[in-house]
Amino acid sequence: MIEANRIRYQKPFRVNWWGRLGWLAAILYGLYALNYLDVSWLRFIQGLGNGAVFLGEMVPMDFSRWELLVGNLLETVEIAVIASAFGVLFSLPVGLCAARNLMPSWVTWPARTFVALCRSFHPVIFAILFVKAVGFGPLAGILTLVFASIGFIGKLFAEAIEEISLKPVEALRAAGAPFLSVIIYAVVPQVLNRFIGFSSYQFDANLRNSTMVGIVGAGGIGGTLFAAFQRFDYDFLAAILVSIIGLVMLSEFISDRIKRVFQ
Amino acid sequence: MTIEAYTKPDGQPERSLRLEHLVKEYTPGKPVLRDISFEVRGHSSVAIIGPSGTGKSTLIRCVNKLIRPTSGKIYVSGEEITRLSGRELRHARRKIGMVFQEFNLVERLSVMENVLCGRLGYVSSLRAWWRKYPPGDINKAFALLESIGLEDFVQQRADSLSGGQRQRVGIARAIMQEPHVLLADEPTSSLDPKTSVEIMELLVHLSAEHRIPLIINIHDVELAKRFTSRVIGISQGVIVYDGPPAELSNEHLKVIYGGEDWLR
Repeated sequence: MIEANRIRYQKPFRVNWWGRLGWLAAILYGLYALNYLDVSWLRFIQGLGNGAVFLGEMVPMDFSRWELLVGNLLETVEIAVIASAFGVLFSLPVGLCAARNLMPSWVTWPARTFVALCRSFHPVIFAILFVKAVGFGPLAGILTLVFASIGFIGKLFAEAIEEISLKPVEALRAAGAPFLSVIIYAVVPQVLNRFIGFSSYQFDANLRNSTMVGIVGAGGIGGTLFAAFQRFDYDFLAAILVSIIGLVMLSEFISDRIKRVFQ
Repeated sequence: MTIEAYTKPDGQPERSLRLEHLVKEYTPGKPVLRDISFEVRGHSSVAIIGPSGTGKSTLIRCVNKLIRPTSGKIYVSGEEITRLSGRELRHARRKIGMVFQEFNLVERLSVMENVLCGRLGYVSSLRAWWRKYPPGDINKAFALLESIGLEDFVQQRADSLSGGQRQRVGIARAIMQEPHVLLADEPTSSLDPKTSVEIMELLVHLSAEHRIPLIINIHDVELAKRFTSRVIGISQGVIVYDGPPAELSNEHLKVIYGGEDWLR
């Protein structure tokens, strides 16, 4: 037995020194950043007090201006619905063109660049750009969210297509099917479920983002929200926030139902 | 020009496949197939045997240009395939039915939809999308499904079928093309022995019934000998045996597969 212990094998696992170094650097940087940004326990405790005052002013909620509230909510929903519809519509061909397993590189390269451009800015930045370009109002918000949708669904859709089995594609090409038929019969059935999932998720995201684009003047309830903030109208603010929560929960419920239909 | 000369009594040109000096190199200077020539006509069934990696799948995929051959010529019922591209190639591919090792069905579509995939080369994309196939196609699909014993599965999804049933659907899809040649790439390798025999019987039967030349890649030599009328042995990219299965001796198998211990 003792003899057996002396056998020297090579090490069974390789030590990843670069990985250990990376973790160490990340922890050190985190500590440094906390220190540099003056994040401290004391400030957190003081902040809690302010928060309590702020929350206190929110109740009771003020629903007296409900007509304005409902009108804004409807505009928000309209922005989200229109932006989602066009975003999904455009991201279908873009995503298809970006799929490297079906398309030659001279097609995927521009499509992937376009998707990357759509993803490179936060919606707020897009919203500012479009407000400057087309003026205040819902159109700017719609354009913003269309681009955000293409950036998100386009990329996910391309990835979904890249993961499909190419066996049926091969079979249909061998049968002499035209390209469009190959897409309709061999590709779409494999990705349809996931695509509906992405789309409904993006609709959720658009709904939340459409409450935000109003802050920079691109339509929807965000403008009213921001105004309420600035006027210290905290009871009305609370009413807006509760309405947004209700709206998002409602849409979650609906999209859940839609997904179940397509299972 | 000699190719068109054969004509069946009923006036239709006999269906045939002919390969002339086919060469395929994936990397220049290293041919996988070198100088393959043979001809199959009528309802004869041919088994292609050979060790793994010897280019049997490549050979079959060169016929419909899923893989582009490096040189050589391929004729299907007299029409040269090798020089075609685009729409002409698509139309030529309709004449070449193909059966796959892993069936290559669209799992989420129904049996009927999968069988009708064989008609996609004849139907416009829009009509295919709306499932508006000519009634003749639908009737033929029903008849075919009945003849292969799948009439109760018409609306079931392909992924709910067993392996043997799926391969039947794959074969029905190929027959729907009304092909002039039927290629089968290891059609029984994913199946159990009993089902393998049934699938081979079905392939040979349909080939004879529709008078379609049948070419089967197969690594089971016993199945090949039992069901086909001609065996082509390929080793290292060249044909080393071409003749009736009865004359295929252990000596030939030694040449094809190398070694001899496994033959005992």
